[in-house]
Amino acid sequence: MSEVQLKKKKEETEEEHPMEHLLRMERMPHIWCPTCGIGTAVTAFLMALEKSQIPLKDTAIVSGIGCTGRVAGYVKLDSFHSTHGRAIPFATGLKLANPKLKVVVFSGDGDIMGIGGNHFLHAARRNMDLTVVCVNNFIYAMTGGQCAATTPVTANTSTSPYGNFEQPFSLPYLAASCGAVYVARWTALDVRRLAKSLTEALQKKGFSFVEIICPCSTLYARRNRLGTGLDLMKFYHDNSVIKHGADLSELDISFQSKIVVGKFIDRERPTFIEGVNQGLRGVLKDKFVEYGGPIDDD
Amino acid sequence: MKADPKRVLTGAHYLDGDHAAAEGALAAGCTFVAGYPITPSTEVVERMAERFPGVGGIFIQMEDELGSMAAVVGATWGGSKSMTVTSGPGFSLMMENIGLACMMEAPCVVVDVQRGGPSTGLPTLPGQADMMQAKWGSHGDYELVALSPNSPQEAFWVLIKAFNLSERFRVPVLVMMDECVGHMTEKVVIPEADQIELYPRRYTELPPEKYLPFKPEKDLVPQMIKAGDGYKIHVTGLTHDERGYPVMTWEAQEKLVRRLVEKIRLFKDELVDIEEEQTEGADVVVFSYGISSRVSIPAIQKARKEGIKVGYLRPIIVWPFPEKKIYELAQKIKGFVVVEMNYGQMVLEVERATKGKTKTILVPHGGGWVHEPEDIYKAIKEAAK
Ligand SMILES: Cc1ncc(C[n+]2csc(CCOP(=O)(O)OP(=O)(O)O)c2C)c(N)n1
Ligand code: SF4
Repeated sequence: MSEVQLKKKKEETEEEHPMEHLLRMERMPHIWCPTCGIGTAVTAFLMALEKSQIPLKDTAIVSGIGCTGRVAGYVKLDSFHSTHGRAIPFATGLKLANPKLKVVVFSGDGDIMGIGGNHFLHAARRNMDLTVVCVNNFIYAMTGGQCAATTPVTANTSTSPYGNFEQPFSLPYLAASCGAVYVARWTALDVRRLAKSLTEALQKKGFSFVEIICPCSTLYARRNRLGTGLDLMKFYHDNSVIKHGADLSELDISFQSKIVVGKFIDRERPTFIEGVNQGLRGVLKDKFVEYGGPIDDD
Repeated sequence: MKADPKRVLTGAHYLDGDHAAAEGALAAGCTFVAGYPITPSTEVVERMAERFPGVGGIFIQMEDELGSMAAVVGATWGGSKSMTVTSGPGFSLMMENIGLACMMEAPCVVVDVQRGGPSTGLPTLPGQADMMQAKWGSHGDYELVALSPNSPQEAFWVLIKAFNLSERFRVPVLVMMDECVGHMTEKVVIPEADQIELYPRRYTELPPEKYLPFKPEKDLVPQMIKAGDGYKIHVTGLTHDERGYPVMTWEAQEKLVRRLVEKIRLFKDELVDIEEEQTEGADVVVFSYGISSRVSIPAIQKARKEGIKVGYLRPIIVWPFPEKKIYELAQKIKGFVVVEMNYGQMVLEVERATKGKTKTILVPHGGGWVHEPEDIYKAIKEAAK
């Protein structure tokens, strides 16, 4: 082939990733393993971001620590990679300082539900206006495959080498019972449905929560002899059952069991800021000075 | 930049140190406070909760101190001047995210109204034993600024200074009060707003394509933006380059950590704030801070009556430590008497700074009550020998 032909062929094959304008391409390649589900989760999120039509300038993303915690670093938004478990309170400060921001928390199950569990409960209770996306791979991946608050009973992890015998959390149940206004669960394989759900979550005012069931090929799949990452993806795909509005008690996940996915909660409650402003205005009348954002705002 | 008159409670008031600190924070332009109740600090947040709705600002009672400190760092990046308030056990819980504030160069203020410890210790009684935790409590290498007021009036001014220094250096600034200062009620005179000078946040004027969030100016401190300004920056607690992107090499670590440390160390001389009395020609100098400095005065007066030449030295900025000053005095005097409500913390710094040129006598106290002036007097006599 001539130079020109070669160049043309290269241009044809090296297609641009459709989400490149939303990614920090200068940071590629990313750190995730081949067939890890986090990348797909990010793609779905970016699709949702575009769909939601929320100005990117006004969108901020906060992660904690872990493989999923790295998401903030790859997405071209104001992005914050905070400390382990503290993404939700960090995001709470960000949101309250500048209420015009759409603030998204994107992190792992260990981060949000283990070390950060208490913050999750209270942010949902207060109806803090945040979208929380939790990538659940049933394990602590970044630290080498230890047991999580989501690890199914009997699953093997490096700190439960004979199998886990603690009861895991059902994340949607927890979120709903704490007061989240939007609760959904999808596997990372349901890209379109997941993206639709994430769009709704982003457009929702208040504490919205989306759990994404994600394969960790390197640690969870290997330790549990579940084959390759691809096998695990296939398994999740074949074994997820869509059941919108399912009874919350049906949402437990056992080892290699069926996984109920769908949208479970979609309701209205005043957000933290709405409630506080409304209450204070009522009590203090014209003495109340509503706080609308940073004092030196342009 | 001057304080906003709407936020300054001009006039003479009868306030305790905690309330005076809250008024100082309001005058300084604080608009965000996240906190978790703990004695003896709670009055600060109680006052903020009462005052904010009338002047613009938000207080949130978080679920714990870990969340409070994380929220403060987030709020700073959202564009607020932010603060949290706590006491010993809560201060310990804040440490990881105080380190995050150092790494993210997020200006903010942490008030620690110290009580007796360790552990839950003496909740309603004073201590001064968090001083080394203030310096070294978070992991890794970093530098920050800490101040210690000894009266409600000074608590007001120290809070303004704390906010100003935090913006100037983009570091967390710690206010190390103690229960006595926090709970003692005295006259506090608050001036007109136009007499309160504020250091504005260093927002960049560069356009997004030219701006690097962690590229330092001449004084080693970078300019800021806030989320929502359209810069789409990345900020991480990991070691990072000038773009804010993580870089896991020793070279990146060396460059970043050296700057984080030097942006304070190089300006050490600017960061000296001491109250000094009769140190010229003194044989003995009493070094103390917070409430201990006030208990030292009767002892100093008694010794002076007996003809002992005693000077008084009180650092208001405690970190960085005024080591130059101590060394200068050490070459001329017979000894330092260090009065603090712990079993030896800042005394280690005094000893280090004297470089063996003079002796140092510690008058320790476990906390829960103030020193007996008599014990301080005895130490002065001993030092004068
Ligand atoms: C305070 C603290 N404790 C422990 C760690 C170590 N650590 C890093 S990532 C992680 C677990 C992350 O698990 P998860 O949130 O499920 O994320 P994944 O890696 O699976 O995506 C832990 C324990 C830390 N960074 N900070
Ligand atoms: S270790 Fe697991 S979760 Fe982490 S990147 Fe690899 S596959 Fe993904």
